[in-house]
Amino acid sequence: MMEVTYLGVIIKAILILAIISAIAGFGTYIERKVLAFMQRRLGPMNVGPYGLLQIAADGIKLFTKEDFIPQNANKMIFMVAPIITAATAFIALSAVPVFPDFTIFGIFVPSIAADVNIGILFVLGMMAAGLYGPLLAGMSQANKWGLIGAARTAAQFISYEVVTGLSLLAPIMMVGSLSLIDFNHYNETHPWMVFMQPLAFVLFLIAGFAETNRTPFDLLENEAEIIAGYATEYSGMRWGMFFIGEYANMITVAVLASIIFLGGYTDLWFIPGWLAIILKIAFMFFLMLWVRASWPHVRPDQFMWLAWKVLMPLAVINVVITGIVIMV
Amino acid sequence: MSLEQFKNRNVGTQNYRMLDLDPTPVTGWGKFKQVVRRSLSLELLVGLKVTLREMIKALFFGKMHTTKYPFEKLPIGPRYRAIHEMKRLLESGHYRCIGCGLCEKICPADAIRMDTHYGENQRKEVSEYTINFGRCIFCGYCAEVCPELAIVHGGRYETASEQRASFSLFDDMLTPIDQLKNQKEFPGYGSVSVQADKNIKKTPLAY
Repeated sequence: MMEVTYLGVIIKAILILAIISAIAGFGTYIERKVLAFMQRRLGPMNVGPYGLLQIAADGIKLFTKEDFIPQNANKMIFMVAPIITAATAFIALSAVPVFPDFTIFGIFVPSIAADVNIGILFVLGMMAAGLYGPLLAGMSQANKWGLIGAARTAAQFISYEVVTGLSLLAPIMMVGSLSLIDFNHYNETHPWMVFMQPLAFVLFLIAGFAETNRTPFDLLENEAEIIAGYATEYSGMRWGMFFIGEYANMITVAVLASIIFLGGYTDLWFIPGWLAIILKIAFMFFLMLWVRASWPHVRPDQFMWLAWKVLMPLAVINVVITGIVIMV
Repeated sequence: MSLEQFKNRNVGTQNYRMLDLDPTPVTGWGKFKQVVRRSLSLELLVGLKVTLREMIKALFFGKMHTTKYPFEKLPIGPRYRAIHEMKRLLESGHYRCIGCGLCEKICPADAIRMDTHYGENQRKEVSEYTINFGRCIFCGYCAEVCPELAIVHGGRYETASEQRASFSLFDDMLTPIDQLKNQKEFPGYGSVSVQADKNIKKTPLAY
């Protein structure tokens, strides 16, 4: 039995990068297919069997497109902004455990790149730092739509981040730890957190949708209102990095929801843990697409109203009640 | 449909189903109650149910709407006015056009150009007949005015071509002689009415 080595961490980091990038690419295909089915269309069909190679076609298109930088843009920031989004999305995933620990070639492998004892805070902080991407992108590109997108980013960010933190506070109080691995172990002895904290689950879901800019709250890049918001002037692979970051964030939120609220990778009846969590993540991912197909998006002022006047009081009440119940 | 119904043009005021909407709340307490009622009755889940139902219908019950266009084509109406066709006489196989020039004359877009000459048996023959499809507006006057049902509209609506000439020459529009058996009469403008045989009367010879 060997201990965790630097090499192991590097291998895991590379694996996360490779696998999540691939899944993020595949996620675009799944999204297009699911949205199409819900509108009784076929979706991509012509590139490869059932349109599976559409991802490759899109990738080739993105890579070969002209990398356009507007004349009056702040070039340095304009070029760095997409990297912030993509990088923070992947860094956040480094502290997320996805599978149960396993042994391969006689080496014990904990399936988490960095088991930091403040796991949840680290992940949330990294995802929050990722918002600097849209913010800087929108402000640096000398485009009015981009500027509106950046302003909306700031407004949306301070609104939902409060709800995210407060909604997770109640589960954290119950578990008594910030490590995501402790959260998973908590599920082995207790019923799923979603049954004990249903309100926190709903609040976290809503905040998660806002965090990943998914449809009910896609104020940042709303095509109908502000062209593409912060991504208006971006093209080619820089735009693609925003996209990959968004999909990686979706996966992060799906993993967080699965581990904190839905029982994580503990064995479920006859289903082994690794399969159980894949199913849970897949369901959460599908839920995001499902919601996108079903609901219209809200106006920015409606979103502020929702976050500050409805969700935050509810989250605070939830925390207070949880505290009283724990104390008594 | 009775005449009265047919002439009634007030279509907007009748078959509307009015939604049973509550009055918009004015006071803060009213708004609060509305929010609570709507949240707790889980109205949002109805939307999710609809999309999932459509997805299941599409995937498992064959209710997919998509037509894979270049491979599948929807049928078009028989009276559709697309690229013209020139018909032949069923008995002899000779083209029906008698070179009267009416279509050339009536064409509002001035798209038809024809030249005729007298043939060997003193029958007028068409030596040149072209339709400029860059100008044709597909109004159907030529088909309507043709006394011999010779020029009609066909169903060829995919009119992309590398050269205009590839579908505007007389011979291209003419029914191929080996397809004569499959030649169908055009039911649109200018065609013989369905009850033509019944309506025909003997011309009285003596008044």
